[in-house]
Amino acid sequence: MVKKTLIPIGPYHPLQEEPELFKLYCEGEIVKDIKWETGYNHRGIEQLSEKKTFDQSFFLVERICGICSTSHPFAFANALEEAGNIEIPNRAKYIRSIIGELERIHSHLLWVGLAGHFLGYNTVFMWAWKYREPVLDLFEMISGNRNSYAMFKVGGVRRDIENNKISEIVKVLDLVKRKTDMLVGAVMDDPVIHARTKGVGILTKQDIIDYAAVGPTARASGIAIDVRKDDPYAAYPLVNWKVITAEKGDVFAKAEVRLLEMYESISIIEQCLEGLKKEKEGEIEVKVKDIAEGWGTGHAEAPRGEVFHYVLTDGSNSPARHKIRAPSYTNIATFKKSCIGQTVSDATISLAAVDPCYCCTERMAVAYDHKTGKRILNGKELIALSAEKTQNIKNQL
Amino acid sequence: MGFKEFCFKKSLWLFHFGGASCNNCDIEILDCLTPRYDVERFGMLLVGSIRHADVLLVNGSINQRDKSRLLELYEQAPKPIVVVAIGACGCTGGIFAEGNTFAGPVDKIIPVDAYIPGCPPKPEAILAGIVKLLNK
Ligand code: SF4
Repeated sequence: MVKKTLIPIGPYHPLQEEPELFKLYCEGEIVKDIKWETGYNHRGIEQLSEKKTFDQSFFLVERICGICSTSHPFAFANALEEAGNIEIPNRAKYIRSIIGELERIHSHLLWVGLAGHFLGYNTVFMWAWKYREPVLDLFEMISGNRNSYAMFKVGGVRRDIENNKISEIVKVLDLVKRKTDMLVGAVMDDPVIHARTKGVGILTKQDIIDYAAVGPTARASGIAIDVRKDDPYAAYPLVNWKVITAEKGDVFAKAEVRLLEMYESISIIEQCLEGLKKEKEGEIEVKVKDIAEGWGTGHAEAPRGEVFHYVLTDGSNSPARHKIRAPSYTNIATFKKSCIGQTVSDATISLAAVDPCYCCTERMAVAYDHKTGKRILNGKELIALSAEKTQNIKNQL
Repeated sequence: MGFKEFCFKKSLWLFHFGGASCNNCDIEILDCLTPRYDVERFGMLLVGSIRHADVLLVNGSINQRDKSRLLELYEQAPKPIVVVAIGACGCTGGIFAEGNTFAGPVDKIIPVDAYIPGCPPKPEAILAGIVKLLNK
């Protein structure tokens, strides 16, 4: 009989930047089962958000995840604007889309780098991260911060992209385009990368549907799901672009989708910049006094898939209930399909292929007594309950 | 030369502990290693085990689940070790300090030698912080 071995990855593993525990149950080289544990990154964002005003919440949702720090405010703004029936000026729409797409570029570059790193191909890692820097410089020029841009507010954006900055943005986009060409060449033509990623971590169309995966993970398996097309928001209906898909569903296809998406993003930004020139400078927001009682849902296509926010408002200036669903939450479940049956050495890249973002994923369940509305069974009470049971059993024995 | 100076005289090896963060600080720390900032030219290396480290970088707010792990890591670390709290979260808990799983800022759990504020601090700031600490 083959012995089963447990290989833990994490919670603080040098391979991962974020804390997360994966347990691979292996027989010999082959992964037979996988389990994961979350909670190391839980911060209680939904609950925190309910204590804050709408304006403050924007800074909070931005900090759900640092890499997609636009998509959460994006979805939150969409939700609030639906709840309050607010129409934002065109200039704000363009600026929102520009920020969203710049973020997609830097996030995809980051992923390409990390994927290279996981494969032991550190040259790609260094390259990709080097050419990510000019994009971060753009963010610094536009918003004053390299990450967490604080650009969003209800009814528009906080800062304008003045017309005299457009030429600088175009210049950086040119650079990024050239470097993407180089990266695409390096990834697509490299026999080693082909050998390591083709046929690895395959997710079929049916798997994607079963696990409700979203974003590039789904698009790499031939499902053209993209919120920007399916339920257009901001400036996406105003520009021309196409959804990139691939058929194979393996790691290579996922890399392909992400790399080609960067070209689409560049083209979207260029069109948005053209659009900006036509709008009057400074018209970037409508004044919003208050948000009526009701609810709103909003989504946005983050670099990793659909971000969904639900906000219940009670007429006050803070959310009565705020529910968030991030893409990695559903994507991570596909590990059950993509990793099992792989060798251990392929498991890491299969894990990395969905570009999991653990900060988005952390969840916690709280039990409320529905009569009194009081919270029951917190951590301490659960421990007490368990201790009580032990005591009872002890007494019986 | 005291024992401490002797220990930190040569290349410093870093270990990174990411608590309940938003990931930006983690990425900025990793950014320090990439071509534009390149801390390795100062002999600094990110290592995979705390037992090899001279410096422990902690970022993110610490939640109840992280707390015992952080303590354990600190205990396993070879002494003397320098602890650097990175980012608003590492220094004070930042925006997450009111969360229901928050278990205290880093300095309530282990002794901290340097604080690098910012949300996230720029890689330059992280470098400057560590260099300042070295010259102390
Ligand atoms: S300090 Fe800011 S950037 Fe760093 S982990 Fe905390 S919220 Fe994120």
